[in-house]
Amino acid sequence: MTDTILSVKDLQIDFKTFAGPVHAIRDVSFDLKRGETLAIVGESGSGKSVTVRSIMGLLANNSKIVTGEIMYNGADILKKTKRQLNAMRGNDVAMIFQDPMTSLDPTMPIGKQVAEPLLLHTKISKKKALAEAVRVLKLVGIQDAEERLKDYPHQFSGGQRQRIVIAIAIINHPQILLADEPTTALDVTIQAQIIHLLKEIQQKIDTSIIFITHDLGVVAGIADRVAVMYAGKIIEYGTVDEIFYNAQHPYTWGLLEAMPTLETDTDRLYAIPGTPPDLLDPPKGDAFAPRNPFAMQIDLEQQPPFFQVSPTHAAATWLLYPGAPKVELPPEIKRRREIWNSKYATKEA
Amino acid sequence: MVKYILKRIGFLLLTLFLVASITFFLMKLLPGTPFNNPKIPAAQQAILAKQYGLDLPLWQQYVNYMVGIVHGNFGESYQFAGQTVSYLISTRIGPSLQLGVQAMIVGTLLGILLGAIAAIRKNTWVDAVATIFAIIGRSIPNFVFAALLQFWLAYKMNLFPIALWDGFSSSILPTLALAMAPLANTARFMRTEMVDVLNSDYIELAKSKGESQWQVVAKHAMRNSMIPIVTIIGPMAVDLMLGSLVVENVFAIPGIGQQFVQSITTNDYPVIMGLTILYSVMLTVVILVVDVLYGIIDPRIRLSGEGN
Repeated sequence: MTDTILSVKDLQIDFKTFAGPVHAIRDVSFDLKRGETLAIVGESGSGKSVTVRSIMGLLANNSKIVTGEIMYNGADILKKTKRQLNAMRGNDVAMIFQDPMTSLDPTMPIGKQVAEPLLLHTKISKKKALAEAVRVLKLVGIQDAEERLKDYPHQFSGGQRQRIVIAIAIINHPQILLADEPTTALDVTIQAQIIHLLKEIQQKIDTSIIFITHDLGVVAGIADRVAVMYAGKIIEYGTVDEIFYNAQHPYTWGLLEAMPTLETDTDRLYAIPGTPPDLLDPPKGDAFAPRNPFAMQIDLEQQPPFFQVSPTHAAATWLLYPGAPKVELPPEIKRRREIWNSKYATKEA
Repeated sequence: MVKYILKRIGFLLLTLFLVASITFFLMKLLPGTPFNNPKIPAAQQAILAKQYGLDLPLWQQYVNYMVGIVHGNFGESYQFAGQTVSYLISTRIGPSLQLGVQAMIVGTLLGILLGAIAAIRKNTWVDAVATIFAIIGRSIPNFVFAALLQFWLAYKMNLFPIALWDGFSSSILPTLALAMAPLANTARFMRTEMVDVLNSDYIELAKSKGESQWQVVAKHAMRNSMIPIVTIIGPMAVDLMLGSLVVENVFAIPGIGQQFVQSITTNDYPVIMGLTILYSVMLTVVILVVDVLYGIIDPRIRLSGEGN
């Protein structure tokens, strides 16, 4: 595949702790295509953030890459030296952080902060870099950028600060943007604006985005493809439609059921019972099995392989095993299947 | 900003007035009189008391003294006949100020550096060495360092004069001895603060821009870690500039520390008063400078100050 820009293969990352190694990422593989937006969805501790930080080479000191490779532009990011990583960060690959209230330096004017990546990676005068900062700030929606270059972060609102963080990330036109829950700390109206902004920018500077979130509702608005992570593994991936309307893994079902929609007619929101497993000692079988109402004996004993549903869609659940019994789908998932069937009826027939 | 500073100077003058008044009355509570040598006949004591105005009622003495201060006249020393307090202090303050400023610069700069290195290399041997160094600097009194430095560098190795006040080279050893405590203090504060700052989100963002470890520290971490350091620097500076009696004694430096103690043991009221007021002036000015520095380092404080 020539249009693949980033390829993560068999990634395994441990964190050393006093209690022993925590297996935070367990055998994660995925590709990112040029110009697409891939959403990685999962609950806290599922390994989403660790995955993108490993792409940036920004893992904590106590982390250990056990196996795997992250191929970008023909080179393995995991094998890069510090110097090579610095040359890549903020230039080829840039990151947008979760909390705009704390991710800007409180003692530096924002103009300087936005211009910094440009000054680091290109030979350009300070004056030109600041002029470019103004241009990018306007692009992300800070209209009075010229007058505000000397202002400090605390003089901006949360939404504006996230726009500034985005400006910092895109000033060098990176090929890959890693967005680590960029809307989680914002209120809902601002969330929508920021997502809209990201899509607009993606078209303008032609970049690929990995968008991390725990909120499936946000995914629909931005992503082309979705990968669902649970307990350090990707358990299902597919296009947005495939994940939203033809999900196969019971965990994805749980996430979809937990998401309120206009059609939700009960006044109780669904929550997946139980808690995620302890990754100090991950379970032998499917990590989701103890919380899975559809679990079978084999789920507890053996990890399910990926079963291909379509060329773009696969799920790691024994329910897709040819001999597995048919299960009665939860009502919400059934409703979604019906939409799927009506949408793609001709295709499947 | 100007309005703010003027307001602060007003408070400063009020503080000085109160300090002068309180010291004046406290001193009158000291046991004995300046001329209580039993060998001096009573008649002569009376003459001396009259000469220095000590026979006047207390309120009269107070008014005279305060009026004198306003005119820049701090009176004459009781101990050294005919020498004004201003003269006594001005001849003695020089060496103390010089040593204080030197020790302050050496101590805080090295302390900031040491603390920063310890934080960057947290939980390595570098950090351990820096911590041990800070504990030693904090717990061993400066006159012990003074004696050790004197013994090794001056007596054994003959690199510096042993105990003398003559030019810059003679000021190096006392400066080092005096700098130990502020160095250790600053290093400890700096390490704690820097560890916090290095874990903050904006440092991660700075790294994600492609900055090297060194650039991250120099451009972002240093300045943000310095904010609390400024607080402890103020009082430390005043302490140092007013001299350390023991260190000055060890190196035979004609400084102000010795003068202060001597004037107390001899009930030399005008000198005690003069030094106390000098101390207060320096402390209040340093606190003002610290507050202004805060604003320069931390823009959040600067702007909220302007708003008021």
